[in-house]
Amino acid sequence: MATLIGGITTSHVPAIGRAIARNLQGDAYFKPFFDGFPPIHDWLATTRPDVAVVIYNDHGLNFFLDKMPTFAVGAAPEYRNADEGWGIPVVPPFQGEQALSWHLIESLIGEDFDLTTCQEMLVDHAFTLPMALLWPGSAPWPVKVVPVCINTVQFPLPSAARVYKLGQAIGRAIRSWDADQRVVVVGTGGLSHQLDGERAGFINKAFDLKFMDSLISDPTWATKYSVTDLVELTGTQGVELLMWLATRGALGENVRQVHRNYHIPISNTAAGTLALECR
Amino acid sequence: MAARRQIPGTTLFDGAQARKGYALNKMCFSFNDAANRAAFQADEPGYCAKYGLNAEQRAAIQARNVLQLIAAGGNVYYLAKFAGIFGLDVQDLGAQQTGMSKDEFKAKLLAAGRA
Repeated sequence: MATLIGGITTSHVPAIGRAIARNLQGDAYFKPFFDGFPPIHDWLATTRPDVAVVIYNDHGLNFFLDKMPTFAVGAAPEYRNADEGWGIPVVPPFQGEQALSWHLIESLIGEDFDLTTCQEMLVDHAFTLPMALLWPGSAPWPVKVVPVCINTVQFPLPSAARVYKLGQAIGRAIRSWDADQRVVVVGTGGLSHQLDGERAGFINKAFDLKFMDSLISDPTWATKYSVTDLVELTGTQGVELLMWLATRGALGENVRQVHRNYHIPISNTAAGTLALECR
Repeated sequence: MAARRQIPGTTLFDGAQARKGYALNKMCFSFNDAANRAAFQADEPGYCAKYGLNAEQRAAIQARNVLQLIAAGGNVYYLAKFAGIFGLDVQDLGAQQTGMSKDEFKAKLLAAGRA
């Protein structure tokens, strides 16, 4: 059976892509964020995952409002990035792990999660930037991927409790995959930020820090909040912490913190990174 | 049914907004393609007409005004592609929506880190 080694959650702000393209990782503005990654690179070098299941939210590259799935799972042989309109460089394509895609699909639908399945799927910055952060300078990418996309564009969004359960089901699916493969779950987005409205620029450091703590000691803590509560507490885009909750759900009861980092701001965002190992 | 809770300075992009803003958002979604960005810049009124924008949406596009675009049903993820045509990033958008200069807006974000 496959081994689920752990999970990594990180912000996916487009400015990170601009910084990578211009080689500004050591720049005073960006360094406090990029400094969060070398310990995670070391952990990845030791644990050697073969596959990454990447839980992210599309921002209008693959999905539009004509068809907006709540949960979508990629089942493609390859996933390409493309122009998103505001000019970060397109990254090389990712090779899909179709056997795990279909195992996930069968397992999740078997647990009553009504998915949209995608044999063609573009992946946006929310997918590509965390990959570039975790495996910098890598082309071809050293892992195969399975994208899992959660709608955070159009309300109503799935609840925190629901995405946590989705994550738990993803964890069960990975562990029951009949393959000698090592799998890491990557969750992208957050932490607190708001791009739109007179409240733009909203950040809630106290909540973010409590949330990061909770993922280790009390992982269902944030599932008590409604989506509206989470928007109020973390901003309209801070609600991307749903990806962190799904990731944590996958990892099972006990985890060990590998590393964490938190820095305000990258662009408009409180940028968080957390790596957890399954115990 | 209880009235929807309002969060100050925040518009949740719900079904009502998604219905109202469909044409506007569809136009902005088209800006993923460089050829469409060029077509918009070559003939802005014609491009807006092609997507069927209403008067409120056309005025908000013409004014480059983010709060008006949101009021007209725009979703920030698609609006960011419109802003990208002019080389504006989300800090430019934040500054405009909060009535600050970009430097003031950046300072506000830095202050949140020291809190």
